[in-house]
Amino acid sequence: MSVSDLDRAAVLPPERLWNSPGFRRFRRHKLAVFGAAAIVALTLACVIGPWLLPYTDTYIDIRARFALPFTGPHILGTDPLGRDILARLLMAGRISLAVGFSAMMIAMAIGICIGLVAGFYEGVVGAALMRFVDAMLCFPSIFLLLAISALIQPSVASIVILIAATSWMEVARVVEAQIRALKTREFAQAAVSFGASHSRIMFRELLPNAIAPIIVAATLNVAHAILAESYISFLGFGIQPPTPSWGNMLESAQSYLTSAPWLAIFPGITITLAVTSFNFVGDGLRDALDPRMDLP
Amino acid sequence: MSAFLLRRFGQAVLLLFIVSMIGFAILHLAPGGPLSQFAAGGDMSQEDLDRIAEQLGLNRALPIQYAEWLWRMLAGDWGRSYRDGQPVLHIIGSHIGATLELMLTSTLLAMLIGAWIGILGAIRRYSLFDSLATIGAMIALSIPTFWFGLVVIYVFSVGLGWLPSGNRYTIGDGSLLNQIHHLIGPVMVLALVSTAVWSRYMRSSMLEVINQDYVRTARAKGLSERSILVRHAFRNALLPMITITGLHVPMLLSGALVTETVFTWPGMGRLFLDSISYRDYPVVMGVLMLSAVLVLLGSLIADLLYGIADPRISRSG
Repeated sequence: MSVSDLDRAAVLPPERLWNSPGFRRFRRHKLAVFGAAAIVALTLACVIGPWLLPYTDTYIDIRARFALPFTGPHILGTDPLGRDILARLLMAGRISLAVGFSAMMIAMAIGICIGLVAGFYEGVVGAALMRFVDAMLCFPSIFLLLAISALIQPSVASIVILIAATSWMEVARVVEAQIRALKTREFAQAAVSFGASHSRIMFRELLPNAIAPIIVAATLNVAHAILAESYISFLGFGIQPPTPSWGNMLESAQSYLTSAPWLAIFPGITITLAVTSFNFVGDGLRDALDPRMDLP
Repeated sequence: MSAFLLRRFGQAVLLLFIVSMIGFAILHLAPGGPLSQFAAGGDMSQEDLDRIAEQLGLNRALPIQYAEWLWRMLAGDWGRSYRDGQPVLHIIGSHIGATLELMLTSTLLAMLIGAWIGILGAIRRYSLFDSLATIGAMIALSIPTFWFGLVVIYVFSVGLGWLPSGNRYTIGDGSLLNQIHHLIGPVMVLALVSTAVWSRYMRSSMLEVINQDYVRTARAKGLSERSILVRHAFRNALLPMITITGLHVPMLLSGALVTETVFTWPGMGRLFLDSISYRDYPVVMGVLMLSAVLVLLGSLIADLLYGIADPRISRSG
């Protein structure tokens, strides 16, 4: 989908948007459609689901400890304290999905700003910024995440900031490359000759034209953020119990692997489903938004 | 070529310098800083803490501390662990072997299986096998490594009893067979992501090569399909994979950390995690720096090999 396609898409009535070339390409990507549906379903379940269940995530039913899944009133079984796994899974989903989305938003904001500035002012500023990006990419992300998360008091907000602070680099690279290429195009030159201010050229002329790869990067970034949260929570440095998250549910399940494997199975499947879905959608968007893939 | 090498090496050194500054700044600007480890004990007075800060040089300005640390590090003194007073280099040296063993074995495995899947997928594009491989790779990239590790332990160690659930070898049995037996589980887990990456890139690289003129020429000459694929297409499709493998090091290191934790594998990742829990700053800093060096080395070697493998690339400019 080129820029004009996207502009048109913004003003199209829904049924025309649904049939626009970009959307058709996305719909043809069956896995992406599946991913989008799964994300919507998962989000709805996490938002609405807890109200529909007879148990809350913290309700302790001590006589029903280690209840097997699919056998009694607890659909997915219970944990060592007799808490309902399904209720915990959905509440954890709220946290994990919220962490994923918010971390993505912050990471995009940082990445876009740095990429914009680095791409627009090449020279010393751009080189310095991009070397900083390169240097940040030299640390394997888990190492950096763990090193910092161990030193601060872990809370949902601090985990979000941490994940964002270690995952904006790819976006910065994508944006920088886009801006550098777009800068030489006629419309950008025209804006310069009109005497438009630098910030106007950057945010009103260049950035909207780089939106396609940014959207793809943002989708993949959510997948990365959800995974990152689960990793640090699993290793014990992330979201702290009793606040449930998919990662720390798995951490506590680890000790009961032999006696109660379902404690580990359900959160793991849910994480995999969520991350796979975002990856599928990202892939589909890449195909849909890439004009080089314009097939008849 | 040598000018390119020199410039590339210079860039790596500069990057390493920036990396060391970032790492040092993060660890020392975090609340508490290195002193927090001693303060956490609780039975030290402020005077004690001040004296420790004085002795360790922690009360000086940060840039001066950094300069001193950098100087000592370049001279080969990476400091001593807060935990047991051992030199950091010595500690890392005794753990890196296990990590490299794990990383190299799984990379090798991932290359073989991934290349095979990728080539088959490219030859039979859009076939059932290709679609399944695509979906499989996507899921493999999305599965949390630690969870896959738990599944492998549950199935193969708890359920079937085929594999040991952790450690590098049974104590008292250092035989090669025993070590390989212990290696299977962690390698399976660590190789999963790499295999997915390899198969994806191998497929697209192969697809690109298959449509090249020289492949058509080979076909026009009447060569057998096998010879075309192996001698002409495959060898050229492998070229970009050199770069992919080089750039894959950070992901591999991250995966190794998690895999080592799940399988209680005595490597660098576990060392890093333990050191973090103890707030053992010198070791944490050492492992951080070493991982950055490995990452840079990966991309440097990839560039080098690419230059050797593909003489068409002129690196003089």
